[in-house]
Amino acid sequence: MNTILEIKDLYKNYQTIEKEIIVLHNINFKVNEGDFISIVGPSGAGKSTLLSIIAGLEDYKGKIIKNDITIGYMLQKDYLMPYLTILDNCLLGLKINKKCKKDNIKRVKDLLIKYGLEDYIYSYPDDLSGGQRQRAALIRTLALNPDILLLDEPFSALDYQTRLNISKDIKNIIKNEKKTLIMVTHDISEAINMSNKVIVLSNTPSSIKAIYKIDYDFDDDIIKNRTSKEFMEYYSRIWRDLND
Amino acid sequence: MISDERKIYLKNIKKDKLFITISRIMILVIFLFLWEVLSKLKVIDTFMFSSPSKIINTIINTDNILLHVLTTLKEIIISFILGNIIGFIISSILWFNKKLSLILDPYLTTINSLPKVALGPLIIILVGANENSIIIMALLISSIISILNMVSYFNSTDPNMIKIIKTMGGTKKDIFFRVVLPSNLNFIIDSFKVNISMCFVGVIMGEFLVSKQGIGYLINYGSQIFNMNLVLTGITLLILLTIILYLLMELISNKIKR
Repeated sequence: MNTILEIKDLYKNYQTIEKEIIVLHNINFKVNEGDFISIVGPSGAGKSTLLSIIAGLEDYKGKIIKNDITIGYMLQKDYLMPYLTILDNCLLGLKINKKCKKDNIKRVKDLLIKYGLEDYIYSYPDDLSGGQRQRAALIRTLALNPDILLLDEPFSALDYQTRLNISKDIKNIIKNEKKTLIMVTHDISEAINMSNKVIVLSNTPSSIKAIYKIDYDFDDDIIKNRTSKEFMEYYSRIWRDLND
Repeated sequence: MISDERKIYLKNIKKDKLFITISRIMILVIFLFLWEVLSKLKVIDTFMFSSPSKIINTIINTDNILLHVLTTLKEIIISFILGNIIGFIISSILWFNKKLSLILDPYLTTINSLPKVALGPLIIILVGANENSIIIMALLISSIISILNMVSYFNSTDPNMIKIIKTMGGTKKDIFFRVVLPSNLNFIIDSFKVNISMCFVGVIMGEFLVSKQGIGYLINYGSQIFNMNLVLTGITLLILLTIILYLLMELISNKIKR
């Protein structure tokens, strides 16, 4: 498989007036095209920092080899601009990059229609439910046609039921659009369900404790998966990693 | 179908609203009525405290009363527009340049807490004893506070919204025009509302110091010749002007806020 992103000997320190905090310590991993990677770890382990670094928003020590790829980033909450319509929100990236051409606008509109937001194209974010807003935020990220999507605990602001449904939705959308995914989560079952690789980070200073390949194709039904033997096996191994 | 319970609820809301409106009007009517009657009965000395009918008479019969009102209004409008433009430009510059903002912060805070009327003599020497001094005085009062307010609004923009723009490769200019400005639009309009009363204060203060016409001049002149009737007429005109400008601002801001 084609490696499109490689993280090599990555270190990250934060400087404050009081002290220096070592956040990431010797991180190494490869991302292949079409990978769905989840990063789990204790809170404060620098998971979000890792995503910010990959997105190019923060400096670092080490090497990140990107083979001419573009990156899309989605945060914990949708952060749709309340004063813009859903369409204008989704066109934001194109406008900033001066790529707001007719065919691009049509592509974004098609995405909105394809993923069930047809009736909300000209609505304002306040008129949408939590799940719909999350989908709109994803389409906003997809508008720039990124090769890799970075999702930073994208469902943590949603209630549990919405969360189960939307995580399924988002997984399918990203699969459909043939994108690569790197997602940060603190929910182990979400990680096992959504990805083919789970990276477990240790406590700060965080290094990679283990990388699990999820070779089993789980059902979309998270509740059903919980009773599967393979699922429980992965779950307990990751749980043990996180807790010792 | 509307349920009975809802009907009663809606009716009660209407009733409360009506009661509040009527009470507001009644306070004014009773106040004016008592003032008029007590002055007619010579309980109140009309030489000191005038009376509503005397004030109306003065407004109608004084020469050039409209000129005085228009002068003050013109000064308020000029200083309001200039003050907002200056305030907006300077606070935008301070948002773009964090370091400059930190460097200037103690100076702005000090100038803000300084009673601007104390600068009056200085302004008159610098600008001359004319209308310009009045406008400068109003600008000093209104723009400093609006700079401080706007900068703090700009700086309190949700950092995650800003991050979104950054992840899309946006520049500082993109951040300002796509997030900072539109997400603070309501605050900016509210700061305009505060600004209009600040301009009012500044203009009247300026007219007290140096003026040949205007409502402030009228009040000042009245007090110098001990014509309390003229003073109270001036105050009445000020109140009316405040109400009109407030309603106008309310109307405009509701239009913009959609």
